[in-house]
Formats: sequence, structure tokens, C-alpha cells
Amino acid sequence: MNQPLTNSLRQGPDARGRFGQFGGRYVAETLMPLLLEVEQAYESAKNDAAFMAEWRWLLKDYVGRPSPLWYCSRLTEHLREGAGPGMGAKVYFKREELNHTGAHKINAVLGQILLAKRMGRKRILAETGAGQHGVATATACALFGLQCVVYMGATDVERQAPNVFRMKLMGAEVVPVTSGAGTLKDAMNEALRDWVANVHDTYYCIGTVAGPHPYPQMVRDFQCVVGEETREQILELEGRLPDALVCAVGGGSSAMGLFHPFLDDKDVALWGVEAAGRGMDTPEHAASLNRGRPGVLHGNLTYLLQDRHGQIQEAHSISAGLDYPGIGPEHSWLHETGRATYVGATDTEALEAFQLCSKLEGIIPALESSHGLAQVMKMAPTMREDQTIILNLSGRGDKDIFTVAKHLGVEL
Amino acid sequence: MSQNQADPQQKGRIAARFAQLKQEGRGALMPFLEAYDPDPATSLAILRGMPGAGADLIEVGVPFSDPMADGPTVQLAGQRALKAGGTLAGALAMVRDFRKDDGDTPVILMGYFNPIMSYGVERFAVDAAASGVDGLIVVDVPPEEADVLEPAVAQGLDIIRLVAPTTDDARLPKVLNGGSGFIYYVAIAGITGTRSADAGALVEAIPRLRKFTDLPIAIGFGVRTPQQAAEAAKVADGAVVASALIETLAKSLDENGRARPNTVRLVLDQVRELSHAVRGN
Repeated sequence: MNQPLTNSLRQGPDARGRFGQFGGRYVAETLMPLLLEVEQAYESAKNDAAFMAEWRWLLKDYVGRPSPLWYCSRLTEHLREGAGPGMGAKVYFKREELNHTGAHKINAVLGQILLAKRMGRKRILAETGAGQHGVATATACALFGLQCVVYMGATDVERQAPNVFRMKLMGAEVVPVTSGAGTLKDAMNEALRDWVANVHDTYYCIGTVAGPHPYPQMVRDFQCVVGEETREQILELEGRLPDALVCAVGGGSSAMGLFHPFLDDKDVALWGVEAAGRGMDTPEHAASLNRGRPGVLHGNLTYLLQDRHGQIQEAHSISAGLDYPGIGPEHSWLHETGRATYVGATDTEALEAFQLCSKLEGIIPALESSHGLAQVMKMAPTMREDQTIILNLSGRGDKDIFTVAKHLGVEL
Repeated sequence: MSQNQADPQQKGRIAARFAQLKQEGRGALMPFLEAYDPDPATSLAILRGMPGAGADLIEVGVPFSDPMADGPTVQLAGQRALKAGGTLAGALAMVRDFRKDDGDTPVILMGYFNPIMSYGVERFAVDAAASGVDGLIVVDVPPEEADVLEPAVAQGLDIIRLVAPTTDDARLPKVLNGGSGFIYYVAIAGITGTRSADAGALVEAIPRLRKFTDLPIAIGFGVRTPQQAAEAAKVADGAVVASALIETLAKSLDENGRARPNTVRLVLDQVRELSHAVRGN
């Protein structure tokens, strides 16, 4: 024990796939050999310069990275109006919504599809809530000529019809899931069941930093491109690190990708925003960290919305992408260690932020990202005007205009 | 460590039953029922009737909202059970009631980890042993995570390990290490109740497994008909039948999902048929 302990918060997970007590591999034996194979393939791929170069090339020439870091001058001015003298932080957007397919999801999908190819798998599975991950996976499969099956809760198929059509256009098969409440959690159950039954030729492309090890780590690693770029860009623009990073969390891949490269920068505050639905003290929300407790679902130990008997409860959010009763295990760990702070934004707050962003910046944000923006709107006026705050604008809102119109009483 | 010693009366019911069957020269029939499906009284009546209908060991399923290794039949059984108020505590109470009249038939709880974690693993282990549970199959706890079940081992409960067609020889020792009672061979790479086990593949798989373990081997996932049960019990040491029995129960329910007067009898008749086949008569 003579070696000095490194205090980096960026070392997780351990060999068992754990961040503190969270994470792990709680899956049926049938899947276990597969997960070990994925882990081995990923370890070898990420150390293979040619593999990483191909992924970087796709990010640049196919996705359109790096995505810009945009200074929101009108939004900043607007939020300063209500603030005291000298108050009102500068607000920046990390513009992941400009990526091909309209969200951050494509970053990790391309990495995983290259991995699946490397493993010789021809059939790709994905689960999707809002449809963004499904669209990204269908896109990558079209690009590489792979068979794509997307599991989507029947409820979500209905409320995200444009994305369902997009996936079909790109040749994916979209399977509506009717078990449970027909949302993201149930879609993930079905995808896992499919994988168990088709282990020999199939790869499961998980869309978030949840699921069994190595997925939380692998998806995070691929999404870290967001935080790494942000770091370079803000240093160039401001000459120093930001004071706060804000991102909405469902499973938490966009937040993990933004936060991780900053974990060891203690002066950068990290804010995750959970969907508070109709209110965190109503039964209808998706705030697993604020209102849940640790449990095991979908292969990992993490904070979950569950009843007192350990039955998983349905989450609720106006945003289909946040409608998940769990959260990535690394977020549970950041929550318990206090390195990141997790708060909530309600459906109503997200709707307000959605409209404000559209009017002031000419950017229609995804409802997911609007939850993050709602927190920025609360925080910026309480910060000094020489401080900076960066929101991960993780997706664009084109897919949400029907939902929003309905809530505003507008018929399209 | 004396408080960790299990009551010798409670220990080894599973081993004793397999030893007895070996002497009789036949394999075991291990039917499954989901606790509280479709209601507590009906499932308790089925549980009580099973030994008389020829069950050698019994698996009791603990309802869970997200049974990721189960096909539609068991999923629906779980949903009916949850609707009827099914819980882990309820499943333990059923076993306690069953034990009032039956001290010999081994009972194995099968389910997922979250309800156990929510109950508290230590408290669950004590209550399960005291209720007369003999073994546990926790589907989503592979050997890599098995330390979470140590309190159950300390209470003398058998931890039944699952071996799948995807488990290769290099991995088998790891999977078998720490298992007791018997080995549950998952006959298909897939979820419960979706396809039938291939008899030819089993004839190869079971001897391969025997090279690594002296524990009895039961075959489950994909054993549906009396003939398949008889074959599985012959190739291995026991056959688990779940979905086929649940389908019979589900079909017997009325339009509101309630048990009819003949529900219990129909399920037990099927257990009897399976048992005759396993016993070769």
C-alpha cells in the first residue's frame, strides 16, 4: 500500500463495473458470456488507433463535429433583466442538436456500431423512448448495411410518430412494445429478451449510460467527446473553465458525456436536471435520484423509482426521452458523493423554457434539453455576470412540436 | 459463527429428495407456480395440491414488475399476481402455510433480485429459512454478483445456479462454484416459454455438464409436454415445467381474469400427467 492513491474521480468503474456500490452486471447467465465478450471487444477496440480514427472520422465528416459552443447573448440579457446589479451569468449552449440526426445519441451509436462490426454481428437491437436513439441507430445501420430492430413502447410509438417514420425510412423495423406501460423501460426489457434469444448474431446498442457493465462506461466514453470539446471551446472563448455545467438527465448519457471530463475540476459545479413531471411530490415524475432509492433493474444497481415492495414504478414526463424510472449508475455515485447536484424541472417549466429558447435564440430545443434550460433560467440570475454557465443542448425540438402544440392548445 | 448455522432439520431437503429419487431410479418433476396468480387462495391451493399430484420439488415464482428473462406467459402471470397484491412477503407466507402440512417437499423460490434487495437481504434470508424455503434461484444474480446472496447461504439456503447454452467450458467452474442443491440447466438460449428444448442438444449438453459437477441437474426453459418432461428427467435428474402449466391456468380464468371453480383441478391434472410421464407409467 505504498503507492499514492490517485484521487481522480474519473477512474471508475472498477473491474466489476462498479462506481462505488452502483453499476455491476445483474443479468441472467445466458447474457453473461456475451457481456464479457462485449467488454473484451471494447477494451481492445478503444486501444486500437485505427478503430478510434475511424470513429473520429465519422464524427467529423458524417456527424459534423465539433459542435459549436454558442454564446446566448439575448438569453443572457433576458435573464439579467430580473437579476440584481452585477448579476446574471453568461449562458452558453453546447450545440449537440446540430449533430446529424439531431441529438447527442449518434456519438455513442457510431462507436457501438463500429464495435458490432468488429465483433462480426449483423443484426443490431436498440431501445428508444423519444426515438432519438432509435433514429441514430437506424441511421448508423443504414450507413453500414446492417439489420436494425428498434423496440419502442407502444405509448411512445404514438407520441413520437415522426421519429417512427424516420426509422422506417432508413430500413429499420420498429417493434411496438405493449407489455407494462409501453414506455422506455418496457422497450429495454424486450430488447434484452430479444438479445438473450439471438445471442449468436446480434448486438444490443444501448442508448444511455445504464444497463450492465460495460455499457455505462462505454457509452460514457463515447459521449465524452461532448465534454472534451466543450472544455477546449470555453477555454478559447473565456480563457478559463466554466462555473457551472447543466444537463437534463433521463438515463443520463448527455450529462455524463459533458460532466466526465470536468469531474476533477472541483470549481466547476455540475447540475443534473431530472424530469419532475407534474411535480416531484406528485406520483407523476421521473426523478429517480430525488425520489427513488437504490435497486437493481436492467442489469445495474442504481437509484430507481420503486414501491415499498421493490416493484418498479412507471415514470412520467412530458418528454419521452426522460421517461425512465432509473438512471445511469455513475450518476447515482456522483449524487451520493455530492460531486454533482441533481434537481428537477416540471413539465410546465420545460414548456416555458422551450418557448423562451425558440423566441430568444431562434433555436427550438428538444423537450429533454428544455428541462436543463429551465434550471439555467433559475440559476443564471443568481450568479455573477462574470461567471459562465453551459447548457448541453442535447437535442433539437422538431420531434416535439406536436406534443408542445397539444399542450398549448394549438391544432397543427 | 454459531448464529449462522442453519437448523439441521431445515437443511438438505433438496439433497434428501434427489437422493431418494436416485434410489427409486427416476428423475424429478419440478412444477412451477407464480405466487398469487391469479389470487392468493388459488395459488396456495395449487401449491398444496402439487405434491399429491406428483410434484417432487416445487418452484414458487416471486412476482416482479420487470422479469427480463421471462416470455409473455410468465410476464402475464406476474402481472396478474401483482394485481392480486403479490409480494415477496406474500410468497413467503404461502410457503409457511404450505409447510404446515408438508415437511418434505423442497420449495425453491425463483425470482429477481430487486424485491429481495428491497426487503433487505439479511432479513429475507432469515425469514425465507424460517418459512421453510429450501433454495433460491435469483435470475439476475450471476456468479459475478453472487456475494449479495451470502446472507442466504449463511441461513442454509441452497443457491441454485443457472447454466445456459452460452456458458462455455472455460466459464463453467466459475458458475458452478458456490452453487448447491442442484444445477438448473437453461435448455434454450432465450426466454421462458417461447420455444421447445431440442432433445438432441440436451443429450450432448448434460454429460458435458456432469464432467464438472456432482450436483443433480434439472432442465428448464422449453420443457412443455409430458414426453419432453420424461425425456428431460431421464437425460438429467429433473424437469422444470412452468409456462405450460401457467397457460392452463390462464386459459381457465373467466373474462375478468378470475379463477373458475375448476382452475385448481385443471392445473393439478396437468401436473399429474407430467408426473406419470416422468415416472414412466
